Amino acid sequence: MSGVADVFSFIGDLFLVVGGAFLFLGALGLLRMPDVFNRIQAGTKAATLGALSLLVGVGFQHPEWAGKLALIALFVLITTPVGSSAIARAALLTGLRPWRKAHGEAEEKP
Amino acid sequence: MQGPLPDSSPAAPSTHAALPRRHWSYRFLLAAAGVFVVWMLLAGSLNPQEMAVGAAVSLAVAALSLRHLVLLDDLVLSPLLPLHLARYFATFFTALIHANLDVARRVTAPRVRIDPAVVEVHTDLHSDLGKLWLANSITLTPGTLSVDVKDQTLLVHWIDVSPGTNLEVATREIAARFEARLKEFLR
Repeated sequence: MSGVADVFSFIGDLFLVVGGAFLFLGALGLLRMPDVFNRIQAGTKAATLGALSLLVGVGFQHPEWAGKLALIALFVLITTPVGSSAIARAALLTGLRPWRKAHGEAEEKP
Repeated sequence: MQGPLPDSSPAAPSTHAALPRRHWSYRFLLAAAGVFVVWMLLAGSLNPQEMAVGAAVSLAVAALSLRHLVLLDDLVLSPLLPLHLARYFATFFTALIHANLDVARRVTAPRVRIDPAVVEVHTDLHSDLGKLWLANSITLTPGTLSVDVKDQTLLVHWIDVSPGTNLEVATREIAARFEARLKEFLR
């Protein structure tokens, strides 16, 4: 019996680590991307999958919370992209021009 | 994200023909069922008392929020809905994982190689819920971010438009994959 629990706990740990890794990459994207639109791109995807992975990991370690975790996952899935789009739209409406790569010139780190 | 709901603005500045409304009971029952499921998941037990209170609360919540639920009209109920949803989520999670690997690749590269542009993507989904769902899906797809929705056009920020890309074909592809899935259960 405890064998199964150990396996579940281990799988849960894996998901937690993977989720943490994606969140870290998202944060790195926020730092490295040149403008708000590209930052949102990196941040949204990483935050969504990172959070989902964390929730799945917690689900493996506490199967009795599965229902509530599924609800949280659904809420994250619906609201994260809406929030990102709203910020991006606000940025565009306030007149922020998306960063463009300078074509025909030597590639440069933005 | 797409302005006020048709209900709340007397002269909705919509340029496309409004989709026909359904009978209010459709929204009411859908909402009540949805709230009840949420209640049961939160309660986490099949205790009859819990269920009775949940049913009462669900009906009350659905009744009180009825005027704000026009969005639910756009969902097409059918026995195949679970199948359609499963197929959509399969497509969606594949895209989401791809998107994350894509982000990982870009941000860990020694040089951030991107060539962004804002493109317009036409959609055949006419309902508000359909366009909301599509825009959300596009945001979580590799390299694309929905910025705005106007009638049948989505404004999409695209992180890497490589030179020589056929823009028209490529933008079509952004929406097409999800649209095909979403059309199965949304108007």
